[in-house]
Amino acid sequence: MSAQDVVFALLAVAGGAAAVAVVTARNLVRAALFLALALGATAGIFLVLHADFVGLVQLLVYVGAIAVLLMFGLMLTRAPIGREALDSQSRGLGLTVAVTLFGVLAALIVQSYGGSRVALAGPDVTSLGTALFSRWVLPFELLSVLLTAALVGAIVLSRREAGESGPDDLHAQQEARPAIMGGPEGIAQAHGLRTADERESAGAGTGGRR
Amino acid sequence: MSLSGPLLLGAFLFCVGVYGVIARRNAVLVLMSIELMLNAVNVNLVAFQLQAPRDVALTGQVFALFVIAVAAAEVGVGLAIVLNMFRNRASVNVDDADLMRW
Repeated sequence: MSAQDVVFALLAVAGGAAAVAVVTARNLVRAALFLALALGATAGIFLVLHADFVGLVQLLVYVGAIAVLLMFGLMLTRAPIGREALDSQSRGLGLTVAVTLFGVLAALIVQSYGGSRVALAGPDVTSLGTALFSRWVLPFELLSVLLTAALVGAIVLSRREAGESGPDDLHAQQEARPAIMGGPEGIAQAHGLRTADERESAGAGTGGRR
Repeated sequence: MSLSGPLLLGAFLFCVGVYGVIARRNAVLVLMSIELMLNAVNVNLVAFQLQAPRDVALTGQVFALFVIAVAAAEVGVGLAIVLNMFRNRASVNVDDADLMRW
């Protein structure tokens, strides 16, 4: 067992445990922090697998940007805390599907690659850059168009229109725009949800709505 | 080192993400689980470059970079949609977003 194997095993255990914590944590902010840990461990695994550039990009983009973005999303949506509020009734179904899928995949992987050993060697960053800007230059440019479109789309979607003042002004907003809320039923539903929400935050977030 | 280690880790991360997408109700947590699944795919893409012939070994890493960029775009648009949903319905519960349910 080489040093790489040991480092890989440590990182894999840390990343797997953090991933499990992401989907089981009761506290949303804690889940986001565990996600950052899982993504950071994966970045370390990329470094072990001689994919230096991908590992560092993962660290910058995932841990540095996406985790912070998700944290902002959590704080802007003042979500309730607690297992009942965060998990749906389909927890058993999810567990069944996930365990079955992992069993099948693990059996296939062990059967196909169980004994094979590979040398740890990877192409250097120079050849990666050359490939990215010669063979893959068209997908690269398409990707930049996609990123620009996503940026513009995100701004347009989350921009408040003139006169709108967010969820604190929900009643006035819904009376002004009934069509968007799906008619009277939608309004009644949203109002019911809101009162449930307020009750929940008043009661220190104990107990789910369903 | 054995190739089965990274592949098993990728399968495990993917299954944890599947569980999160099915079991979680909060839309932001569902987005986090999707990030886990995309990350699992990246682990596989990077792991298979160890076995690939020399001339195509870079493809895995290039695709991993593409997946990272697409994930960044996805989480930006996804969070904008979640914020809009929260503004309109005062809830980020995915069970409540059933206006278009068949």
